[in-house]
Amino acid sequence: MNAPLLAAMVGLAVPGTALAQDAMPRPAGITPGEATEGARLVADRQKSLCVLCHSGPFPNPHLQGNLAPDLSGIGARLSEDEIRLRVTDMKRLNPDSLMPTYAASKAGERVGTAWRGRPILVEQEIEHIVAYLASLKE
Amino acid sequence: MAFRLAFAAALLCAGIAVAQEIPPGERRSGTDFMSAETRAIQADDGSNPGMLWVLQGESLWKEPAGASRRSCASCHGEAATSMRDVAARYPAFDTASGAPVDLAGKIDQCRTTRQHAAGLPRESEELLGLSTYVGHQSRGLPIAPPDDPRLHAARAEGKRLFETRMGQLDLSCSSCHDANWRGRLGGSAVTQAHPTGYPIYRLEWQAVGSLQRRMRGCMVGVRAEPFAYGSAEFIALELYLAERAAGLALETPAVRP
Ligand code: HEC
Ligand code: HEC
Ligand code: HEC
Repeated sequence: MNAPLLAAMVGLAVPGTALAQDAMPRPAGITPGEATEGARLVADRQKSLCVLCHSGPFPNPHLQGNLAPDLSGIGARLSEDEIRLRVTDMKRLNPDSLMPTYAASKAGERVGTAWRGRPILVEQEIEHIVAYLASLKE
Repeated sequence: MAFRLAFAAALLCAGIAVAQEIPPGERRSGTDFMSAETRAIQADDGSNPGMLWVLQGESLWKEPAGASRRSCASCHGEAATSMRDVAARYPAFDTASGAPVDLAGKIDQCRTTRQHAAGLPRESEELLGLSTYVGHQSRGLPIAPPDDPRLHAARAEGKRLFETRMGQLDLSCSSCHDANWRGRLGGSAVTQAHPTGYPIYRLEWQAVGSLQRRMRGCMVGVRAEPFAYGSAEFIALELYLAERAAGLALETPAVRP
């Protein structure tokens, strides 16, 4: 049995723990996000890269990837806090995830000099994305 | 609760997918993922722009060069005979340097040590032309990596590099090309990353480029510092890619989007 499954099972066995690990509150000092700014960020192929892997109700469907779940209706499936955890650090739920860790610089080897020591997105940008995704109810 | 169980099951699948290599029966060249139009350009020598580099390589093959005033042809004769299947066997172990060498490196070695000419920089038009010409002589032949024990360590290092997460995006070559080759990244087919067509004519480059240039593109894509041209790391990766693609037919010069 592999480690992520074990971790998920442990989470299952202890009610409450699972909930806490599956969600993340808005960090102190970060103001509520703006959905329009979030929509712009999600569609940005160079900066956020979301649409390289995800499809959803975004512009240019033929340039969207299919390596990850479609984000249509994500706001109906997940709470804001659950979305925040995933966009901040998907690897806390799935250490093998294809999805990069956006907030911390939890990067691989040989990070390019232009990117070294920097997160992909800053917390406030993540907050805009969270507000936008939470608004996608269908 | 049902959702969480489903999520746990999805995690298990993802964990398995990351580690899995592509079984030989499922190996497919990048050509199979291209549009009918791009495949047609590749298939017709009259419209395949890579054939211009083959022609340039052919004239360099016959041209005396360096202090020796020898041409490649003066030692090797007809490339169709002497260079048939050479590209299918490279990278190979080079006794002179005591290290693995790739085809471009071997050509450059003949250039400096046999022709006594100035070395050809990687990605120079001359080295690309000669590599494309020599590679073209193996078109249609299966990739046949040598079973030389002196290559084992470098090939294993290539596999390790292929599976190492790199860059700010923290992705390995394997994350995409083993676990997600059926998928699309943005508008592009991910493909299995087989080195069947190199040097390739890439429509995005509007030029012919080497396998190392292509790999550098993927490394920059995950925001990693790419390995240097001709580095031991790239030759190790090329060795592993050749083993991963053993049996697939060479297509030099292939066309890619
Ligand atoms: C390199 C590919 C990749 C990129 C880039 C990426 N993701 Fe993901 N994402 C995934 C994968 C794969 C999953 C599925 C969970 C897993 O396998 O770990 C996922 C899951 C998610 C989920 C949970 C979906 C669900 O239905 O449970 C959300 C929300 C999400 N991503 C948002 C984003 C946002 C927002 C961005 C851009 C800031 C982004 N992702 C960028 C690959 C990616
Ligand atoms: C003075 C003679 C001479 C010239 C000129 C010469 N070569 Fe060679 N080449 C050799 C010899 C001898 C070998 C085999 C020994 C070795 O591997 O070094 C060889 C090996 C090779 C190989 C490896 C073949 C294999 O089966 O592994 C390639 C490829 C090659 N040459 C390409 C070229 C090209 C391209 C040129 C012109 C730029 C060239 N050579 C010029 C003598 C020459
Ligand atoms: C995020 C996913 C991703 C990662 C990680 C990645 N690649 Fe790629 N690779 C691609 C895509 C997508 C293409 C096709 C690009 C196109 O057609 O425009 C590609 C193309 C290639 C090709 C060309 C295959 C052909 O048919 O000519 C090779 C070779 C390759 N990659 C090797 C590598 C190596 C080596 C690494 C690791 C250093 C790597 N890739 C990492 C997505 C990736």
